Amino acid sequence: MSKTGAELRLQGLGKRYGAVQAVKPLDLAIKGGTLTTLLGPSGCGKTTLLRMIAGLEQATEGRIFIGGRDVTLLSAGERNVSMVFQSYALFPHMSVLDNVAYGLVSSGLRKREAHARAEAALETVGLKGFGTRLPSEMSGGQQQRVAVARALVLEPDVLLFDEPLSNLDTRLRRTMREEIRALQQRLGLTVVYVTHDQSEALAVSDMIVVMRNAEIAQAGTPHELYARPDNVFVATFMGEANHVRGRIERIDGPMADVTLDALRLTLPQRGLAAGPVDLVIRPEAIRISDAGGGIAATVARETYMGSHTEYHLATPLGELFCVAPDRLRRRQAGEAVSVTFDPEGVVAVHP
Amino acid sequence: MSMLTRSSFPIWLLACLGTLVLPWNMQQDGVRLAGLIALGQPDPEASSAFWQALAHGRFWFWPVVAALFLALPGALKAGSRARQAGFLVWGGGLGLAAIVLQGLAIGIQGWSWGWMNALFGELPDRQFGMGLGGSLAALGFLLLLTDGLALRGWFKGDRFVAGAVGVLAGSILVFTAWPVGTVLSQILTPREDLGILAATGARLLDSKIWGLSCVSAPVGCGVFWNTLMLAFSTATLTTLLGLCFALIVTRSGFRAKRALRLLTVLPIITPPFVIGLGLILIFGRSGVINQMFDAVFGIELGRWIYGYGGVLLAQVFSFTPIAFLVLIGVVEGISPAMEEASQTLRASRMRTFTAVTLPLMLPGLANAWLVSFVESLADFGNPIVLGGSFGVLSTEIFFAVVGAQQDFGRAAALAAIMLAVALLAFTLQRVAVGSRSYVSMTGKGDSGLPTPLPRLVRNLAYAVALPWAVLTIVVYAMALAGGFVRVWGRDWTPTLSHFTRAFALERGPEGDLIFSGGAWHSLFTTIELAAIAAPITAGLGLLAAWVLSRQRFRGRTALEFALMLTFAVPGTVIGVAYILTFNLPPLEITGTAIILVACFVFRNLPVGVRSGIAAMSQLDKSLDEAAITLRASTFRALRTVVLPLLKPAIVTALVYSFVRAMTTVSAVIFLVSAEYEMATVFIINRVINGDYGLAIAYCAALIVLMMAAIGLINLLVGRRRLGRRSAALAAAPAAPATTPAGGRA
Repeated sequence: MSKTGAELRLQGLGKRYGAVQAVKPLDLAIKGGTLTTLLGPSGCGKTTLLRMIAGLEQATEGRIFIGGRDVTLLSAGERNVSMVFQSYALFPHMSVLDNVAYGLVSSGLRKREAHARAEAALETVGLKGFGTRLPSEMSGGQQQRVAVARALVLEPDVLLFDEPLSNLDTRLRRTMREEIRALQQRLGLTVVYVTHDQSEALAVSDMIVVMRNAEIAQAGTPHELYARPDNVFVATFMGEANHVRGRIERIDGPMADVTLDALRLTLPQRGLAAGPVDLVIRPEAIRISDAGGGIAATVARETYMGSHTEYHLATPLGELFCVAPDRLRRRQAGEAVSVTFDPEGVVAVHP
Repeated sequence: MSMLTRSSFPIWLLACLGTLVLPWNMQQDGVRLAGLIALGQPDPEASSAFWQALAHGRFWFWPVVAALFLALPGALKAGSRARQAGFLVWGGGLGLAAIVLQGLAIGIQGWSWGWMNALFGELPDRQFGMGLGGSLAALGFLLLLTDGLALRGWFKGDRFVAGAVGVLAGSILVFTAWPVGTVLSQILTPREDLGILAATGARLLDSKIWGLSCVSAPVGCGVFWNTLMLAFSTATLTTLLGLCFALIVTRSGFRAKRALRLLTVLPIITPPFVIGLGLILIFGRSGVINQMFDAVFGIELGRWIYGYGGVLLAQVFSFTPIAFLVLIGVVEGISPAMEEASQTLRASRMRTFTAVTLPLMLPGLANAWLVSFVESLADFGNPIVLGGSFGVLSTEIFFAVVGAQQDFGRAAALAAIMLAVALLAFTLQRVAVGSRSYVSMTGKGDSGLPTPLPRLVRNLAYAVALPWAVLTIVVYAMALAGGFVRVWGRDWTPTLSHFTRAFALERGPEGDLIFSGGAWHSLFTTIELAAIAAPITAGLGLLAAWVLSRQRFRGRTALEFALMLTFAVPGTVIGVAYILTFNLPPLEITGTAIILVACFVFRNLPVGVRSGIAAMSQLDKSLDEAAITLRASTFRALRTVVLPLLKPAIVTALVYSFVRAMTTVSAVIFLVSAEYEMATVFIINRVINGDYGLAIAYCAALIVLMMAAIGLINLLVGRRRLGRRSAALAAAPAAPATTPAGGRA
C-alpha cells in the first residue's frame, strides 16, 4: 500500500437534472497524493460532483480523467476509486472482516487472500482483532474506521469521502480528521473530501475548492483562501469576516492605496481599478486602542469567550466584529475607542 | 470470469440457440429432448427459424438470421466501444423488429395484411404460435439491444440495469399493454350490417349501459349507473367502518385489539365469493333468517338478498378489512406531537380530534375510499353470486363473452368503460396520496403518546365497529357451517359427505392412492400454477421495485407509469384481453398453463412491487452504492447486499402472490380450460349450479390451506429474526434513525 495516488482531472464536467443545473461545467486538476476538500453550503453541488467522480452519477457533459485515463463512461466499479459514505454504509449482515474483504472478493480475489489483506487494512486503521464483530456492535468512530479500511484495502487511485465525520460528536470529529489526514499523508493517497465545515477543511486540506451555486467560487491552499479570498462569499465562508466599502485612490504597481474612513492602507491591488472597492477585514486584524489616530468607534457589545473576548463596535463604516486576546484590557459596552487595522488581515475583493 | 460475464457473447449465444437450433414454434405435444435440435427436421413446424428459412422456403425468417450475425461483432468485443455498441444496438433492435413483424404479418389464414398478398402472392400456409426458440431468440435480441444501449452510456453504462429495464418494459408491453390495446381495438370492429363508426357508436352509447329509466320507473338502470352507485355506497360505508376499526385499534384501550387486527387478514385468505355464500345461507330463500321468519311469523321474506342490497352488503363485509388496513397506517402515521401541541394550546380532546386529527387524516381517508371504490368496481365474485338481475360491469363483461351472445365487441366496450373509471379512480388516488399527504414521515422517531379519543367518538366507534365485527364472524361461521349439513334449509343432518365428495381418497388395486374426489384435480392445478407464478411474481416485482427506487435513467417515469397502469386494470378486463390477444399467433397460449401463470404474475405484480419498494425505502441507499464502488457488479451488489437484507420482504411477496393467485377469480374465469381448471372457478361453477355444500367444503379447505401457508411463513420469517443475525437485522432499520437524513449537498 505504498504507491502514490493518481492525479485527477475534470474537464468541463457538468450535471443537469432536467432544467436544474446541479453542477455547472467546471475544470479542476488535483495532484496525485494530495487531499482536496470540496467545501460549500448545502445544495451547492459538491456531493453531486463527488458522486460523478465516483461514477454513481453520470455526467451530462465533460470528461473525467484519473491518472490520465478517461473514465467518464466507465461504471463505478471500473474506475478504481473508492468511497467512504456519510452513513458509512457498512453491510449490517456481514462481519467487519467480510465488509472490508468485500471489494477484494468482488475483484475476484480468493477469500483466503482477501481476508488476509483485510486484516492488514484493519490493522492500518487500528482495529486489529475486531474482524469477527458485526458493524452494529461497534462505536461510531470504529465504524468510521472500518469504512475507511474497506475503501483503503482496494488501493484506489482516488479515495473519496462524503462528509465522513458528520455523524460523530465534536471531540471525536477532531481525532478522526487528524487520523484521516495522517493516513493520507503516510500512504500518499489522492483524496477528495466533501464537507460543509470550514474548520475541518482548513485542518486537513492541501487544496480547498469552495463551491457556490453549482460552480467553483475559488480553489486554492487553505492559506490562500483564508488570507486572499477572491470575493465576499469565500471570505465569509472561510471564517468570520467584516465586509466594508472603501475607495482605491491610486494604483501603484502591484499595490493600491486605499482609504477607509480616516485610515489609509496600502494593499495588494489584485486587478481592481481605482474607485469604490469591497474590503474584507478579519476580526483578529482589528486593533483597539484608547487614543485617537484611527477610526473613532464605540463598543456596542462585548462577549467574554474565555481564551479571548469578542466585541461588536459601532463605527462610521458600520458595525465591526472584532476578536481581542483576553490579556488586553477588557472594554465595557459604551466605551469610546479608536480602531486601526493590521494590513495582513485586510483584503480588497471582487464584489 | 470477468471476460465472459462482461461481454455480450453468452447473450448472443442465447439468441443464436433460439434462432438456429431450437424449434421456433410451439409444439403441440410439448418438446421432447430429441426435438430440441430442430435442424434438418422434415416438418417445418418442428424446425428452427434458420432451418425453416433454408429448407422450407420461409424467407421471412432470413431477416432474423441476418440480424443475429449483424450483432456478432459487437458480442465479440471487436473494435472500439462505440463500434461494438453500434453492432449490438442495430443487431438486437433489427432482430427484435424482425421477430415482431413476421409474427404479426402471418396469422392463421396466411398474410395478415392485404398488400402482402399482392407483394408475395397468396400464402397457403398458416403460422403457429411462437415456442421455445422464438421466445429465447426474442429475449436474446432484447438483451443484445439493452447491452448495446448500456455500452453507449445509457443506464450509467450498467448492463444489468439496462437488461432489467428491458425485460420489465418488454413483459409489460407484451402482457399488459398489447392485450389491453387489443380489447380497445375490438370496439372498432364492424358488426353485422353496421359499419365501423356505427357499430362503435352503438356499442359505446348502448342504453343498457347508460339508461337512466330507473329514476322514473321501477325498472333497472344501465350497468354503468349500477356499478357506479354500488361502488360509491360500498366505498363510503367501508371507509366509515374502516375508520371506526382503525381508531379503536390505534387510539383506545380496547382489549381485543390483536383479534380485531386479525380481521385484516380475512380478505387475503378468502376467495372473493365466500361472503356472498355466507349471506345466501343466512338471508337466501332457504337461509336461516328466512326460515325463522317463515316459521315464527309466517312471513315470506323472498329473495331480496339477490340484487343491489345483497351485493352491497357482501362488498361492505368483504372490503371493510381492506379499508381498515389502509386506515391503520393513516392513523398511526399522524405524529402524536401535533396532537400534544394542540392540547397544550388548551384545546379539548374533542377539539383536538376535529381540528387536528381528522383534517390530518383526510388524504388518507380519501385514499381508503378510492381503494374500496376500485375494489368494488373490479369485484366479480360477489356480484356473480348475489347479483341476480342486478348487473354490474364486471359480470356483464363475463356474460357478453361466455353467454349465448358471444359478443366480443360489447365486452370490449364495457371493458373500456370499466378501464376508464378504474384509471380515473386510480389517478385521483395517486393525487390523494401524493401531493396532499400530511402524514409525518421525518424518519426520526416521534416521541409522545397518541392522544386517546374523545369519549363521544370512542363510543360511536365501538357502537358501529364491534357489532360489525361480530356480524362478520357470524357470516364466516355460517359460510363454513354450510359445508357440514346435508342440504342447508331443508335437511340439517350433520354430514361430512360434501368433504368426501370433494376430497375423497381411495386405495387403488395395487394399494396406491387414488385422488377420486371431484376437487383434487383443480386443487392440484391451482397449487402448482400458483407455486410457479409466486417466485416469478416476487422476483419481477422486487426487480421492478429496485429499478424504480434505486436507479435513475431516461424513461424511468414512463416505466413507473406503465407499471402503475397495470395495477389499475380490473381483472375482468385482463381476462377478456388475454383470451382475445393470446388466441392467435404469434403468442398462441390460450388454454395452456402459460396464460394462467402470466395472468397471475401480471395481476399480482403490485404486491411484489409494493412490498419491495416499502422494504427498499428502509434500506440506506448508500449500502448498494458502497457495494458498487467496491468493484461489485450491479448484480453482485443486488445478490450479496440487497437481497439478504430484504429477506422478509421477499418471503412476504412470495406468500402473498401465492395466496392471491389461489384466491383470484375475476380474470382466470376467462382463461381456464378443462385441463387447467382453477379452484375458484370450480367453486363458482358449483355455486351457479346451486351445489352449495361442495362449494363451501372446498372454500373451507382453501381457507385452512391459506391460513396454514401464511402462518407457516410468519413462523419462518419470525424465527429467522430471532436467529444468529438478529443484531444485524435489528440494526438495519435502526441505521436511518441514528443517522438523520440530509447533509447531501
